[in-house]
Amino acid sequence: MNSITRSYIVARRELRSYFATPLAYIFLSVFALLSGFLTFEMGSFFRREQADLMSFFTFHPWLYLVLMPPLAMRLWAEERQTGTIELLMTLPITTLDAVLGKFFAAWVFSALALLATCPIWWSVNYLGQPDNGVILAAYIGSWLMGGSFLALGSFLSALTKNQIIAFVLSLMVSLMFLLLGFAPVSAALESALPASLAQLLTSMSFLTHFQAITRGVLDIRDVSFFVIFIALWLLATVAVVDWKRAE
Amino acid sequence: MIEIQQLNKSFGRFKAVDNLSFSVSPGEVLGFLGPNGAGKSTTMRMISGFLKPDSGRISIFGKDVQSQPLEIKRQLGYLPEGAPSYGDMRVGSFLKFIAQVRGVDHGNTSAAVESVMDRLHLQAVRLRPIDTLSKGFQRRVGLAQAILHNPKVLILDEPTDGLDPNQKFEVRELIRELSSDKIVIISTHILEEVEAVCQRAVIINQGALVADATPAQLKATSMYYQAVELNVDADQPLIDALLALDGVADVFRAPEQRDQWVVIPHAGAAILPVVQNLLRGKGVEPKSIAVSAGRLDDVFRRVTQTDADKEG
Repeated sequence: MNSITRSYIVARRELRSYFATPLAYIFLSVFALLSGFLTFEMGSFFRREQADLMSFFTFHPWLYLVLMPPLAMRLWAEERQTGTIELLMTLPITTLDAVLGKFFAAWVFSALALLATCPIWWSVNYLGQPDNGVILAAYIGSWLMGGSFLALGSFLSALTKNQIIAFVLSLMVSLMFLLLGFAPVSAALESALPASLAQLLTSMSFLTHFQAITRGVLDIRDVSFFVIFIALWLLATVAVVDWKRAE
Repeated sequence: MIEIQQLNKSFGRFKAVDNLSFSVSPGEVLGFLGPNGAGKSTTMRMISGFLKPDSGRISIFGKDVQSQPLEIKRQLGYLPEGAPSYGDMRVGSFLKFIAQVRGVDHGNTSAAVESVMDRLHLQAVRLRPIDTLSKGFQRRVGLAQAILHNPKVLILDEPTDGLDPNQKFEVRELIRELSSDKIVIISTHILEEVEAVCQRAVIINQGALVADATPAQLKATSMYYQAVELNVDADQPLIDALLALDGVADVFRAPEQRDQWVVIPHAGAAILPVVQNLLRGKGVEPKSIAVSAGRLDDVFRRVTQTDADKEG
């Protein structure tokens, strides 16, 4: 049995346990309703009279800030809390298999949440002729950004056995990675720090890369930012899971 | 064959396992004993590959637990302390998950799950979420996941904790059945369990080995070994007479049993005949009289009590 099969089995179990309680359905509904509300009310979808989904995607970083931490907080904290980590880590799988399996379960779940927003895509096609390539790119970018939130959350969840602490940590650190690219903050950074350092910090932000993708360009640099970001935090998760076990 | 050599593990400044060495052969059920906090669970966690030892070596069938963890884990069934399992899963799908992760052949997954559910009487609760089950059932689910892939090595941390007497009996029967071709290590603080299922007992205290012998050998070191236990209404003259007998070292009321008296011999003395003679001569009819094979709880207390405990 190879590593992919083992991760797949872990991911399938994990994904099933999301749906073991009504919580998954509530989460999916909240995600769809909230993104609809933000698009139509806050994003002035109709008043803009543009056949695009900018008003939908603009809010995704902030939507994820609130909705990804609760998805990620249980990944490892719960295993530690209930003691099942001892069961999981004595099965014939590696720590990496477990970390990947759990992360992909959460990431697939966030894809389902994105799929639940497809009616908005249909609406805009009904109302006008949007550039569906741009929308698809933005969906992919949004999913990658969601994965980054989750990888970060998975790391923070492995640090503690308390899910609430994992949630708060993940909210705070995610907010930091958003704000680095938030115009007022990046302006302040530029005035306070040397230009190269300020630029480096700004380039670490989800916002910078996500906004680039939503403009319709799946630039390799923006995509690889998210992919590398996810990979690094998952490797850090592996390290923490191994290290914390010793205690 | 499991070989454990000079195993050490500390948590901060607390030494949990202290230079522990022992080995176990196939077909052997090893009882792993010690007071709470003696390091039993820590040792089992290291054997199962969950914790890394600070130093020392654990090898199972010649393979090192540290360098070949996956090969080892495949041959291992492990019931962690408290039998944790995914509470929101149903019994059947939890066991199916374990079978899949364990790589039980694809066609045999269902068969393996069915047979282990039959064996542990879980069929009636197969569709129930695990956290709605009673403690006894949860423990059996934990046992089921440990044995379902027919492992060569079984590590069971307190397998009968929380079970009622009937369930305990069944689990012990199960361990006995399984043990014929396997290495089994069980930890327990129920001493009767050791006598019931274990061929060998290892006692540890404060992380260090203090005894490693068969239950019978251990009992032979008890001060109750070859003592005569009497159920009798004794008065002071009778006790004095018993004390005066040849070969008798001490006479006292058995702790925890009000009407039982214990006559302790000098080492090697067989005192049953003289005690019986005395009683017959005095016209006393004991309700019961027996020679003790020794008491495990007495040995356990002796080897695990620290000096501080004794003073207190």
